[in-house]
Amino acid sequence: MIYKIFKNTLLTVFAVAVLVPSSIVVLGSFKKDVEIYTKPLALPEDWNLDNFRTLIDSGSVLTPFKNSVIVALFSVFFTILFASLVSYAIARSITVSGKVLFGLFAIGLAIPGQVNIIPIFTLFTKLGLNNSLFGLVLVNIALTLPISVFIISAFFKDLPREMFEVASIDGANHWRVYRSIAMPLARPAIGATSIFLFVICWNDLLYPLMLINELDKKTLPLTLIDYRGEFATSYSMLFTAILFASIPMVLMYIFAQRSFIAGLTAGAVKG
Amino acid sequence: MAFPALAIYSFLYLYPALTNLLYATQRWDGVTTPEFVGLKNFINLLTNDDLFLKILGNNVRFSLLVVVAQTGFALLFATFLLKNTKTNIFLRTVYFFPTILSSVSVGLIWTFLYDPNYGFINASLKAIGLDSLALNWLGDSRYSLYAVAVTQVWFHTGQMIVIYVAGLQQIPAELYEAAEVDGASRWQQFKSVTWPMALPTTAVVVAYTTIQTFRAFDLIYAMTQGGPLNSSDLLVTMVFNTAFVGYKFGYAATQTIFLVLLVLLVTWLQRRVLRLNDGIKK
Repeated sequence: MIYKIFKNTLLTVFAVAVLVPSSIVVLGSFKKDVEIYTKPLALPEDWNLDNFRTLIDSGSVLTPFKNSVIVALFSVFFTILFASLVSYAIARSITVSGKVLFGLFAIGLAIPGQVNIIPIFTLFTKLGLNNSLFGLVLVNIALTLPISVFIISAFFKDLPREMFEVASIDGANHWRVYRSIAMPLARPAIGATSIFLFVICWNDLLYPLMLINELDKKTLPLTLIDYRGEFATSYSMLFTAILFASIPMVLMYIFAQRSFIAGLTAGAVKG
Repeated sequence: MAFPALAIYSFLYLYPALTNLLYATQRWDGVTTPEFVGLKNFINLLTNDDLFLKILGNNVRFSLLVVVAQTGFALLFATFLLKNTKTNIFLRTVYFFPTILSSVSVGLIWTFLYDPNYGFINASLKAIGLDSLALNWLGDSRYSLYAVAVTQVWFHTGQMIVIYVAGLQQIPAELYEAAEVDGASRWQQFKSVTWPMALPTTAVVVAYTTIQTFRAFDLIYAMTQGGPLNSSDLLVTMVFNTAFVGYKFGYAATQTIFLVLLVLLVTWLQRRVLRLNDGIKK
């Protein structure tokens, strides 16, 4: 009985702790500043899209949104492509031993990525890859390859060997086995990994902060940081911008919840 | 087939990691010609840098606090939500929700909650007459680190709950049945079944949470930028500031090496401790 009260109280408190800040942001994006300060949790006095209109009209949010989409999509696509190819080579020990190849990427798992902050900055400045979305895509691919290889190669290794061998006997070469057997079977793992990577790329602040300073190349997190200064006293605009930047994630979470949770925990459990 | 991945990975991960060692032996402002100084950066960092010691202390406190709180809450809530009932699945989805937001969004939302004048937390405290508790959470060097730690726990506990639930569901039900037959109380069951059986999962949660605390750059940058007076600075924000605010690239590279060694040491120690426990219990 006491346990039940204890349990239900804690469950409720935590649910409220998650829902209150989220509601304040959603409701706040329909309110004027004063309303946010005085009645943060009340329904807006007047439901209108004025804040969204102001945000869009300011011309400062659509370009970053587009940039974030470009960077995230290309990063995820190429990371998955390259990681799945190398994972296939690892699982089937093509040319070099799979263990050696895997060990090489395991180094990247062991060394935290922060070690690359200074060298990446200097290298990219030298190569003229700063202020370029292509540069950001390259960084994302390099930084997320080790963990992706780890997850995908573990999945490939679990597939029964016979499936590959039968196909090989039938005369299919490695490309064909990769394309028509390995990848289709790996679809759930690929899906979960893609979401995991998309979240990382969509949300990253550190590398854009280092590498991008031209206005038309900024990504959403960078723009949100700028808003904090610009709208220092206007939480209504800040909330509207936060809501705008979170929409893709929230939609994905609602419609692909299972893969989403699987993806965001796979990295942890496997790593 | 391995070529594209190998090329990018070698050129943009392994090679930079090696050049970082080179930068660490230089005095360099990022613009003029670097000057070789040998191990001077390392010696300075370890013997003559009070700020570094202070931030190291911050990082240790932050990591410890977050790891203990986040792991503890996650385990507790996972035991509550173990069964796959409709309510439990719904609650797990709610608790997981913050994980999908960006650190920057979370940081900015909590900056509002903590706002000393307009913020939700202080407004609520004042509303119930606790005016004396309405502090300047992020603006006071005594509280800023803890305020950010609370946000970090709020942000990631849901993710750890899901990991724990998956782990706890692997525990054979017979163990609990046997314990119940023996008349074990809820607490005894937790102590002699759940905790030892969940140790491998705990190892994962602790390791992942620790790494998150060492990577909390985005959150700190969005909330306090390490201030006031470096009270909420962590090693990773320190590296950034040394390089991009102080323009000491060589010194920043040295700090990175220390940061990486520390992460490796901590995760190695955790593995040893949690495995050791595991071995004894089995």
